Amino acid sequence: MIKEQTKLDIDNVDVFYGKKQAIFNVDLEIKKNQVTAFIGPSGCGKSTLLRCFNRMNDLIDICKVSGSILLDSVNILDKKLDLVRLRTKVGMVFQKPNPFPKSIYDNVAYGPKIHGLCEDISELDEVVEKSLKSAGLWNEVKDRLNEPGTGISGGQQQRLCIARAIATNPDVILMDEPCSALDPIATARVEELMQELKKNYTIIVVTHNMQQAARVSEKTAFFHLGHLIEFGNTEEIFTSPNEIKTQDYITGRFG
Amino acid sequence: MTNIDVLEDKKDKLIAKRYSKEKRFILFGRLAISLTIIFLTILLGSIVLRGISGFTTTTITFDVNLDKKLIDPESTNDKKIISSARWRKITRDSIYNVLNEINLVMNGEVLSKAEQKSLVRLFSRSSEYQIKDIVMDDLSLIGKTINVTLPAASEVDQFLKGRIDQSLPEDDRPLNNIQISWIKHMVDNDMINRTFNSNLFTKGDSRNAEEAGILGALMGSFFALLICLLISFPLGVMASVYLEEFAPKNRLTDVIEVNINNLAAVPSIVFGLLGLAIFLNVFNLPRSSPLAGGLVLALMTLPTIIISSRAAIKAVPPSIREAAMGLGASKMQSVTHHVLPLAMPGMLTGTIIGLAQALGETAPLLMMGMVAFIVDVPQSITDPATVLPAQIFLWSDQPERGFEEKTAAAIMVLLGFLLTMNALAVFLRNKFERKW
Ligand SMILES: Nc1ncnc2c1ncn2[C@@H]1O[C@H](COP(=O)(O)OP(=O)(O)OP(=O)(O)O)[C@@H](O)[C@H]1O
Ligand SMILES: [Mg+2]
Repeated sequence: MIKEQTKLDIDNVDVFYGKKQAIFNVDLEIKKNQVTAFIGPSGCGKSTLLRCFNRMNDLIDICKVSGSILLDSVNILDKKLDLVRLRTKVGMVFQKPNPFPKSIYDNVAYGPKIHGLCEDISELDEVVEKSLKSAGLWNEVKDRLNEPGTGISGGQQQRLCIARAIATNPDVILMDEPCSALDPIATARVEELMQELKKNYTIIVVTHNMQQAARVSEKTAFFHLGHLIEFGNTEEIFTSPNEIKTQDYITGRFG
Repeated sequence: MTNIDVLEDKKDKLIAKRYSKEKRFILFGRLAISLTIIFLTILLGSIVLRGISGFTTTTITFDVNLDKKLIDPESTNDKKIISSARWRKITRDSIYNVLNEINLVMNGEVLSKAEQKSLVRLFSRSSEYQIKDIVMDDLSLIGKTINVTLPAASEVDQFLKGRIDQSLPEDDRPLNNIQISWIKHMVDNDMINRTFNSNLFTKGDSRNAEEAGILGALMGSFFALLICLLISFPLGVMASVYLEEFAPKNRLTDVIEVNINNLAAVPSIVFGLLGLAIFLNVFNLPRSSPLAGGLVLALMTLPTIIISSRAAIKAVPPSIREAAMGLGASKMQSVTHHVLPLAMPGMLTGTIIGLAQALGETAPLLMMGMVAFIVDVPQSITDPATVLPAQIFLWSDQPERGFEEKTAAAIMVLLGFLLTMNALAVFLRNKFERKW
């Protein structure tokens, strides 16, 4: 077995929304070139923790994060950290599809444009096409790249957001229920995409779909009420969990 | 009769009740709308009825003998000499001439002095200046007899529009019997005609109703609004973007927010006093100028623009900002690339509504000396000027009959502008509104 490299080292992280604590003392190691799944009942703090990895919680005034999160041994919770640089390294697909009210092309091209990743238009065209193909959307939209990204179906919008996130070529991709609005075929395509992407990227995916977690991830973390209950190899979590709560949740007895 | 039947019965009754409640609500709503429409119709109708005739005017066409002996006896062609010629006498003589000729044909005699005196009043008092202007523009006319069409006195106009009651005793009427019979006579002879009142749109204010126009006030309003827009829009947008997107949320910004909302409710006269104290007394800006007036209007519209711009920015879903920031856009980029374009229609709407408010404002301009009798049409932002609502206010104060329809006509023009501006706001909103 190849040596697992740590990409993200989460240590003693607490998150508060005002007075309310949403994440309690979480320790976690995310390995490079793997898919890590976050599972747990609704409201347990999966999105909250995920949003710590690209400091998206900074946008919420009342949200306070403490502890340390090392990305390639740099603490990303450092106040002085350059957020723009962090977010180019850590891309995100949000729980609700949020395309810009601009053309499909501009949606995907936005990231590469602001980061100056492309020399000329033809290169940009290439990146857009490649990203849309990776997200499995190319065939559906190749003839209407100039139509607004908000004018396509919810599932298509979700894949557009995935294409947009990978167009900036990040290191880590955070996916918050990327398949919640997708049909089984599109879901299968996104799962395939994750397998493809993990060769070059590190992926963290939040999902409510147990089969999906089992199918795509190497590691699984189970959360409950803001606590990390169990973390380990996906196979073990799904076949012989240590905790009774994990057992109950994955077998559908609560959640 | 089972339990379920009873329950169903109860449900049916409740549903019927809910429907009738809804029906009543709709009825009241329609009633309110109809009442509003009726009031508006009465208001607009009365203004239009009174003002529509203000867009036409009465003219008199007659021959003027430009006697060289009276204008420029020594053929100097010197404009100074020509300008100081006895234009009143030239005009009067020509008028008497025309009238006597007609009288000779009709009655076989010339008019008495008294008759001449009263008939010359049918012509506008400004006739002599207009004839002078015609000659000054073309000196080759001197010595010739020219045919001119000039505005009739305002009383003639009012008489023909049916606004002078002939049944009143002669002394109480602005026109006596001879004048009235001559008006009828001149109408029969095609000397008097009704035409479109171009003076209304090409002239500044005047003491003579037939000469008075709104161009001066229109230009004044235009310049003042221009200043107002150029200052309040960029300031308002920048202030609101900063407050919404960048400013920390703390006690200080709360206080600022409350104060901005308060400013929007401050009576406009207070802004006028402020402007008087600062712009006129401290900065010594020219009095009565659209520059000073526009600055005061800008102060007044600023809170409106800030409030509506902030609302427009707030209406941009946070998910758009998250999407941009999640891709590594800086705060500034997320604002200029995404938030501003999406909020712009709302901001523009607020700005136009603010400007429309400013267009209708008189009180603060009163303090800036913009409610004044100003004849010359302003050519720049520093010329003395008045504005449309001030002109309306001034005219409504005039005792002369002719100003009454002028007032209503000016109101119609003002309403027309307001309507256009508001239509523009709606158009912009619909055109740029995006869906997500
Ligand atoms: N902006 C916010 N302000 C205050 N509380 C919040 C906010 N966002 C989330 N919370 C709270 O934090 C807790 C965790 O929320 P989070 O969105 O992380 O849950 P989740 O695990 O992603 O749930 P789901 O599976 O439904 O998406 C919840 O109790 C929620 O009410
Ligand atoms: Mg969530």
